[in-house]
Amino acid sequence: MRREALAQVEGRLGPGPGRRPLPLAAGLASLFPEGGLRRGSTLSIGAGAGATSLALALLSGPSGAGSWCAVVGVPDLGLVAAAQSGIDLGRLALVPSPGPKWPSVVAALLEGFDVVVVHPPRPVREADARNLGARSREHGAVLAVLACPAWPARPDLGVEVAGGNWRGLGEGFGYLAGRELEVVVSGRGGAARPRRGRLSLGEPVSLGSAAAH
Amino acid sequence: MASYGARALVALCPGWPVMSVGRPPSALVAVVEANRVVAVSPAAGAADVRVGMRRREAESCCPGLGLLSRDLAGESRRWEQAVAAVEEFAPGVEVLQPGWLALGARGPARYFGGDLALAAKVAAAVEEAASRDGAGAEWAGFCRVGVADGLFAAQLAAGTAAPGEPVVVPRGASAGFLAPFPLQVLATPQLAALAGAGGAGTGSDGRFAALVDLLQRLGLRTLGDFAALPPPRVLGRFGTEGLLAHRLARGLSERPVRGRVPPPDWVVASELDPPAEQLQAAVFVGRALAERLHQRLAGEGLVCTRLAIEVETVEGATFRRSWRHDGALSAAAIGERVRWQLEGWAQGPATAGGGPGPREGQGGQARFGPVVKLALVPEEVRPDTGRQLGLWGAGPGAAARTARALARVQGLLGPEAAFSAVLQGGRDYKEQVRLVPWGEPREPLRAGGGGGTVRQGSKSATARSREGPPPWPGRLPGLAPATVHCSPLPAEVLDRAGRPVGVAGRGTISAPPVSVAFRPATSGHGGPAAPGGGEAPASTVVAWAGPWPLEERWWDAGRGRRRARLQVCTEGGAAYLLVREKGSWWVEATYD
Repeated sequence: MRREALAQVEGRLGPGPGRRPLPLAAGLASLFPEGGLRRGSTLSIGAGAGATSLALALLSGPSGAGSWCAVVGVPDLGLVAAAQSGIDLGRLALVPSPGPKWPSVVAALLEGFDVVVVHPPRPVREADARNLGARSREHGAVLAVLACPAWPARPDLGVEVAGGNWRGLGEGFGYLAGRELEVVVSGRGGAARPRRGRLSLGEPVSLGSAAAH
Repeated sequence: MASYGARALVALCPGWPVMSVGRPPSALVAVVEANRVVAVSPAAGAADVRVGMRRREAESCCPGLGLLSRDLAGESRRWEQAVAAVEEFAPGVEVLQPGWLALGARGPARYFGGDLALAAKVAAAVEEAASRDGAGAEWAGFCRVGVADGLFAAQLAAGTAAPGEPVVVPRGASAGFLAPFPLQVLATPQLAALAGAGGAGTGSDGRFAALVDLLQRLGLRTLGDFAALPPPRVLGRFGTEGLLAHRLARGLSERPVRGRVPPPDWVVASELDPPAEQLQAAVFVGRALAERLHQRLAGEGLVCTRLAIEVETVEGATFRRSWRHDGALSAAAIGERVRWQLEGWAQGPATAGGGPGPREGQGGQARFGPVVKLALVPEEVRPDTGRQLGLWGAGPGAAARTARALARVQGLLGPEAAFSAVLQGGRDYKEQVRLVPWGEPREPLRAGGGGGTVRQGSKSATARSREGPPPWPGRLPGLAPATVHCSPLPAEVLDRAGRPVGVAGRGTISAPPVSVAFRPATSGHGGPAAPGGGEAPASTVVAWAGPWPLEERWWDAGRGRRRARLQVCTEGGAAYLLVREKGSWWVEATYD
């Protein structure tokens, strides 16, 4: 009964500070069913071109709003790009080489961090995947699995890059100034119908004006 | 009784700055600080190098002279051993400066049978402790000791003593002993210890410098001259400071030796007999130790911010690791860390992850076994100033939870497995990032780490370099690559005719690149091409720019690098940063 009363209050006031979805960057928020990353959910970030940039874009919203993020198993993450995308490096922890103990590492991090991105270094056992999913639900953290199509447990949401194009580079002139990514979000429940959107990264200017200043 | 200074003993090593760096007396060496010589080795002294000389003067009178800059911290650290050796038989040792120690002599002298016996004992202890590193072996008989009433007279006595022959000024005879000394010693009593330093005249930095200057102009040359003045007149003319100096000159006490309290030993340790085969048993003991340590520290109003856990196994291997915590470590937190640490060690070395393994002390690759000894060593304690949690729980709570989670990870993988990144100055993308082990201060090594914006190394940036961070010309503008390969991947870049593309010394490209081939990294994630062996897959270039030259340290043959960079965009929608160095192409980063 008390739980019902709480649910009623929550319905009137909106969810409490510990349960509100984590905010996302402007281009991504509209693609997610709740307008943000739901705490306790599992995401899979598809393999392929643009996956790392997409992961950084996903982290930038929560990190900019004060959340703590961790990245496990990505030794070659471009941290200049991370800072450029708006991630606060002071609240970003990196575990580049977790080795065979990676499930314990991720489980420990899920207790303290709001978003944990993991690229599993080897085939994942189903028990580990389920255990980590349960861990993230229990602690209200978001588990994002990067570039691991063989993740044994079904994630709540799948985020993929369906295409994109570059800005600023010509045939022997210019420089890579920015890019557009076409992002598809699909999943269960409210996200059963895939949503598509465009995410713009880098300088929001055309080459002409970039050359002018 | 009260008018004489308390009996004091001073021991000193005149060449300590030279000696503490491990140079033999025969080496031609002088130690320099602020362009002045502060210490010389005996050989250099024989070559007429004097303390107080300018650097250039010293070099001109002894051409082969080796000049070292002063390392006060190192001197103090090594002097500490000598102090500890004396402290073993006489309490209340005061360090006047590295190379000098003072001691209240009355009690120990009575116990050891007179001032001379005590002086010999102190000299022996100091020499033994200082030559323990092997550095001081050739310096045998360097320690000089003086005993007198009052610290001031004892310092001068030690300064005039010869090695092996302590100067003992009898009780009540200090005034007579002091009388012939020049007035400058009031400002710097160490002067007497420096051979031939009477005329050096560097009393300008001492405490009574202005007073000494004035007295000399009034025609007083020695301490005896000054001491002969009647005290009331001195007070009337020179004030309290003058009276204080006058008391010193008359051999009366200014202050007694202020002995230091030896630093307390906080280590708690426990021997396990029989050895703990089960991990749980060791963890249990660890908890009890944590509780004991916490109570001891709390009783003194202290908290521990860095703690080392030491374990000795049956096979004699020792394991040690330090834990840092920005807040205070509570008893429960210490107990938890002991458990994590023991679990981490018991699970075997964390080398499989490819990250740097834990520092296992002398054990090296030793196997963890039954525990015979467990010790908790607080490495950093500070007064407990308390902590205030936020009213709504969110802010500091989150940081504490994160710290806990990372401590756990560091327990599993070692302290150098979890990092925080700091942006710093640099030209390529790898240089611009510094990974700091979590918990250490986040400081860049080089200035000029931009926030999120990367500016083109243009003229305006160069103009700014006079103030503000350096500009790091050669940084690429625009989007930064999301994947910077740990080790660049060898690549092949071909032109339309299928010939390799080259970059000339002037930074021009031989032909537009048409195809790029390289094998993706095996541990690659999200790379556009599927990982796998076989031929390096080639992809067609649809857009490119460059080459941008990057020349670093052209003046340094060993570390100089010349590179040219190229951005290419391939048909599949991928983009790469290619680098040409020493005739071959590499994929440095992927715009993933």
